[in-house]
Amino acid sequence: PCCLQRAFFQAWLNEKFAPELLESKPEIIECVVEQLDHMEANLKRAKRGDLKVSVHRMEIERIRYVLSSYLRCRLVKIEKFFPHVLEKEKSRAEGEPSILSPEEFAFAKEYMANTETYLKNVALKHMPPNLQKVSLLKSVPKPNLDSFVFLRVLERQENILVEPEMDEQREYTIDLEEGSQHLIRYKTIAPLVASGAVQLI
Amino acid sequence: SEAKAGRADLIFLIRFRHGCLLRNQRCILAYLYDRLLRIRALRWEYGSVLPSTVQFHMSAEEVEWFNRYKKSLATYMRSVGGEEGLDLTQDMKPPKSLYIEVRCLRDYGEFEIDDGTTILLKKNSQHFLPRWKCEQLIRQGVLEHILS
Repeated sequence: PCCLQRAFFQAWLNEKFAPELLESKPEIIECVVEQLDHMEANLKRAKRGDLKVSVHRMEIERIRYVLSSYLRCRLVKIEKFFPHVLEKEKSRAEGEPSILSPEEFAFAKEYMANTETYLKNVALKHMPPNLQKVSLLKSVPKPNLDSFVFLRVLERQENILVEPEMDEQREYTIDLEEGSQHLIRYKTIAPLVASGAVQLI
Repeated sequence: SEAKAGRADLIFLIRFRHGCLLRNQRCILAYLYDRLLRIRALRWEYGSVLPSTVQFHMSAEEVEWFNRYKKSLATYMRSVGGEEGLDLTQDMKPPKSLYIEVRCLRDYGEFEIDDGTTILLKKNSQHFLPRWKCEQLIRQGVLEHILS
């Protein structure tokens, strides 16, 4: 249970601060939901007026808030970057982990179809024939992977290649010490977030 | 079709006109898409039923988009979180306390809380109620959270 909580909070914070949609974590969600159901069931059986009831209820509220916040954050990103998210999922290799749960994938597809149909019926079908198609993949902005994020290092990393921002700089490598905190471009450390070597804060 | 005419001096005019058309297309789509984003925000703020003043300003296609969006969202919310699903439009802020002081802004009628007791919500009455029960009513504007 305490490892689950740590992994869950880690996933929540990472999702909150990462500019792009991260890998979906169905096992964590499932365990958290199970835990919440378990706690609710316990509460129903408890005696009224028992002090522990308030404390447990508070705990349930807190966990439910984090779960809602995590799922909401993901939905917002899915809606914001919908053509790119669907494209990424479509071009995913066999063994690679998915960024969308099956339910999120269905939601994303429905959102795309809904928006496409709307734009087509309201505007595009009234336009001259050669302007009736629009590539949503090109029009909808992509997530900004160059945005800066704060992170704390959980596992020591060596020789991380940092690309230059401006032409005068050259690329250089840095070592990340365990426990140190950094402000760095997301693109540089994206794989480390996925592997759990760093935690976004 | 004008390009097929093949007159070299018209090429620039055609390119200019096409550029204008593309810009107009982009502006139209940006405007429509922005409206959709605001309508989407309404679902998260007001709930599934929109106030009639807002609906009055929406086109028929926008209402259809809204209905499909809320159905899609409902399906997703039901699929997550156990048997009844998890309402993601609740719990928007981290919980600070279990019970909160609320004031009733308008007559609502009877309101039942978990242990079976019913509270009569009349305008200007104050109550000390469980937070999770009040969230929906606070967003609808029936109750007001009193922060002392």
